[in-house]
Amino acid sequence: MSRERSTFLQTLLAADLLLLTACGAAQGPDWRTLRPVSDFGQLGAEVYSDLIWWTLGIFVVVELLLLYALIRYRSSRSESEVPSQVHGFTALEIAWTLVPAAILFFIAIPTVRTIFELQGAPPTEDPLEITVIGHQWWWEFQYPELGFVTANELHVPVGRTANLTLSSADVIHSFWIPQIGGKRDLNPGSENRLWFTPTEVGEYYGQCAELCGTSHANMRMRVFVDDSATFSEWAAAMQAPAVPDSAGAMTFLISGCAACHTIAGTPAQGKVGPNLTNLARRTTLASSLIPNTPEHMANWLRSPDSVKPGALMPDLNLDEQRLNDLVRFLEGLR
Amino acid sequence: MDPHATTFGVHSRKMAMWVFIASECMFFGSLIATYLSYEGKSLVGPTPEEILNIPLTSVSTFVLLMSSLAMVLALDAVQTGDRRSARLWLGAVIVLGGLFLGGQVYEFNHFYHEGLTLQQNLFGATFFVLTGFHGAHVTVGVIWMITLLVMSLRGRLGPERSLDVEVAGLYWHFVDVVWIVIFTVVYLIQ
Amino acid sequence: MSAQAMTATGHGSVYSGDLRSWLTTVDHKRIGVLYGISALFYFVVGGVEALIIRLQLASADGAVVGADTFNQLFTMHGTTMVFLVLMPLSAALFNYMIPLMIGARDVAFPRLNAFSFWTFLFGSLLLNLSFFVGDPPDAGWFGYANLTSRQYNPGMGIDFWILSVQIMGIASIASAVNFTVTILNMRAPGMSLMRMPLFVWMALIVQVLMLLAFPPITVAFIYLLFDRFFGTHFYIPDAGGTPILWQHLFWIFGHPEVYILILPSFGVVSEVLPTFSRKPLFGAPFMIFSGILIGFLGFGVWSHHMFTTGLGAVADTAFSLGTMLIAIPTGVKIFNWIATLWGGHIHFKTPLYFAVGMVGLFIIGGLSGIMHASPPVDIQQHDTYFVVAHLHYVFFGGTVFGLFAGVYYWWPKITGRMIGEGLGKLHFWLMFIGMNLTFFPMHFLGMDGMPRRIYTYAADLGWERWNLIATVGAFVIAVSVLVFFVNAVRSVWAGERAGGDPWDAATLEWTMSSPPPEYNFAVVPAVNSARPFWLHKYGPTRDISTRTKEEGTPSQPETPPERIDLPSPSGWPILAALGLSLIGGGALVGLWLVLIGVAVLVFGVYRWAFQPLERLGHPSFGPAPGGGR
Repeated sequence: MSRERSTFLQTLLAADLLLLTACGAAQGPDWRTLRPVSDFGQLGAEVYSDLIWWTLGIFVVVELLLLYALIRYRSSRSESEVPSQVHGFTALEIAWTLVPAAILFFIAIPTVRTIFELQGAPPTEDPLEITVIGHQWWWEFQYPELGFVTANELHVPVGRTANLTLSSADVIHSFWIPQIGGKRDLNPGSENRLWFTPTEVGEYYGQCAELCGTSHANMRMRVFVDDSATFSEWAAAMQAPAVPDSAGAMTFLISGCAACHTIAGTPAQGKVGPNLTNLARRTTLASSLIPNTPEHMANWLRSPDSVKPGALMPDLNLDEQRLNDLVRFLEGLR
Repeated sequence: MDPHATTFGVHSRKMAMWVFIASECMFFGSLIATYLSYEGKSLVGPTPEEILNIPLTSVSTFVLLMSSLAMVLALDAVQTGDRRSARLWLGAVIVLGGLFLGGQVYEFNHFYHEGLTLQQNLFGATFFVLTGFHGAHVTVGVIWMITLLVMSLRGRLGPERSLDVEVAGLYWHFVDVVWIVIFTVVYLIQ
Repeated sequence: MSAQAMTATGHGSVYSGDLRSWLTTVDHKRIGVLYGISALFYFVVGGVEALIIRLQLASADGAVVGADTFNQLFTMHGTTMVFLVLMPLSAALFNYMIPLMIGARDVAFPRLNAFSFWTFLFGSLLLNLSFFVGDPPDAGWFGYANLTSRQYNPGMGIDFWILSVQIMGIASIASAVNFTVTILNMRAPGMSLMRMPLFVWMALIVQVLMLLAFPPITVAFIYLLFDRFFGTHFYIPDAGGTPILWQHLFWIFGHPEVYILILPSFGVVSEVLPTFSRKPLFGAPFMIFSGILIGFLGFGVWSHHMFTTGLGAVADTAFSLGTMLIAIPTGVKIFNWIATLWGGHIHFKTPLYFAVGMVGLFIIGGLSGIMHASPPVDIQQHDTYFVVAHLHYVFFGGTVFGLFAGVYYWWPKITGRMIGEGLGKLHFWLMFIGMNLTFFPMHFLGMDGMPRRIYTYAADLGWERWNLIATVGAFVIAVSVLVFFVNAVRSVWAGERAGGDPWDAATLEWTMSSPPPEYNFAVVPAVNSARPFWLHKYGPTRDISTRTKEEGTPSQPETPPERIDLPSPSGWPILAALGLSLIGGGALVGLWLVLIGVAVLVFGVYRWAFQPLERLGHPSFGPAPGGGR
């Protein structure tokens, strides 16, 4: 390939990369990790933006130097001549040791400060205590002060700090809601802490971020940041759930569901699977894998493994009548 | 150029053993570090205080130390061509090493009957894996020494082969030093 | 074959012989070729695994493979690429080139060298055997406890994984002992440490890293094996153990491992850039010291892989600062490479393309690495596609491109043939474009919240576009690899014959014919500079007119003036390797097979130990009598 063509191609390549970066950057403001809705996320995002600018700057400078050298010093002479055999230059070595060191110093300061801020005590005296327990493959959320347990959909009031205690019932999981902030692992046998104060009402997606088995990809969750009125109403309904009497209730109790699931206000007190109290209030099912509609519910109950591979919920082998009763019962839990 | 010339003037096989020993330091270091990090974390007994017999283990430590002395004397004998002494001292290394191993077997057996098994608790797991792998290293050493002794008995271990004995000696001393560390960390500092 | 037949022009006589000669070879050059062929084969295997992964992820709710299969695929892809491709490809170059570059006739322990290769090969076969029994490992290449416990992973997959990697680890440690001693103890007279080529220096640091980093993972595996086979509780929380112990032990190995993977590439680039710029490596002593510093500091940063584990602010700070510190010597290298090009007469041949590509891509990987060094940022990036982007920029952009630079650079020396420039450049551009298309968008996916190791994702998250682009890029990479293989086959079959010094280079490996004669050097060179061949050709002045030799003539005589004796081939290393592998495989079958393995290993080791290195009829060269096999 001729010299000119290869130079042209290289420049084209560089332009492509910059274009890709620009496209990405144009979508940039959309990236969840840079659109935090909590103080915890905001503190991290500030360091993040800092670093993006530093690394972009270094990238441009260093790659340009490289490209310049390639273009400027491409050989145009015959094979027989050699260039000046420079071996080195100590002053340069010192310079390009100290300058990066200085840049890293500027990166280290906000880094260390933020590490301690994020891992220090929660910023308020009276946070909402929530215990998160990871299971294969769903999330258990306990509200010890409020006296109830739920699963997979976390509700928190806007403007109030939530203080999470994280642990696992089986393998290592990781709690991550990108827009709330960074992630923290759920380790079996020990506890981790994470606090955040949500600043915007809304619904946010979250997912397990540590490989935990077959359905790791399906271990999703939703976080609902509610205004205080909505949150109080939700909490009250969780504390005193209405449980309709129906044929489905009986099916629930005799088909083995109660062995694994709890529905507050009923004899069903199983602790193996997610708490189903007020299940109908949730927008999703099966750890936020499918929407909470009667058809999806029926599919899920009919064949859990085909909706969520490896799901520990067994095939109930119910006939359609029983299944529909069950669905109607569950959809009435609000 | 001398085909056996080396850049550092140290024979390659000797250098190789030193290099290997460096790697083994990390191996035993990891085992010891884990032992230390799990110390006191067992949920059930038996505990080290209850079960470790320091007087007995001190004796077997002494035995192993003496085997290193025998090893030094064996090397010296091979280097000077003193065949009788070489066989004597190599034999001593084997006997003393064997005695140490016997002591380990006795100890493991005793612990087993006291209820300390690999599965019983973290102390059992870390203790047996650490001392077990050390014992395995001693066993390899003893087999190596027996091989050297047989060679000597067949008249094949003259001064021209002293490098082989030296390299084996390095290994043996290393295994001894590891035991000193294990003895200190596991038995003496509880 | 008589001494007369061993002409200096070689032309494949170094590789001639039946299967048995290959199974019993102790020649570092043949062993290097064996490593290289194995690595390239597994590159395709690992690549196919990646293509299936990319097909599955090209769209939301993909249905190409199921959840379990996907987990197995990325586990095998990662394990294969790290242990069966990158390490053996580095080993191939180390094996072939190091003795040539230091003026030696072979490595310190030729049979141990063969043992390392066969042990690696059998270990790699054991890993892939898991496919054939339908139970490949599925807990990731990093296999975090306690997902790998018998309780949560009852099948044989994890056992295959532990045993095969453990076996390959032994091969690595044996190799490390061998090459450490070789480099320290077998240099030609006058080659002080500071006159040693940078590739050899980086190799030395890699050996030391392997020596010190593999034992912790050996211990980690022993604990996991004991948990799974003997019921211990090293990683079981219910009995007081902690799965975090695994993370510490694994990453105390794992972080030095990434330097083991990149330093060979650094070494190659430090050889290629000077050759094709026609001037020395800029700042060679600084390049040496920065390499040593990287190796040393690399042992102190392992928990930057654990910023989300909950180690506490003080630990996080310490590891964060250590990680940032490593960026400094790394940056020094990049600037010195640019300075090497600067002011040179740059010849754009394929090795240069790959070397420059390596530098350009590694810069990107290094920068994303700096972002990871900051915990407040890393807790967003960890376990997301941002990390997948980072690791592929350093391993693919860095290691693969660097090693391909080495492959193209030393191809003429190894094969005696030139490899096509046209196809070489096509390979480069396709691989470069494909690589960026595949991995650059992953930065965005990670920043948008896409975790790693998920077999599918929801359609309403906005991740489909970049995933599709990444998949297209992966297939572009695949085409580029095909181009390489076509080029390689054409070269070996009918490529232009190469002289000893096709690139007009500076180091000792170019002073003899291509391929080298079996004994490498007819006369052991006396070295008086870091660029001994350049000095020989050009003298101390810069002006071409004082060049004293005809271009392309090797400086080594055609036949040795004095008799040279080489070690005999031996079948004991491969037997011992087989015994070791039977022990490992036997753990999956039954005690009887383990015991057979022990017997075979002990037998093989004893026969090896008592077998003289040079036996009756060993290869001998130079003036008769005594010449001939």
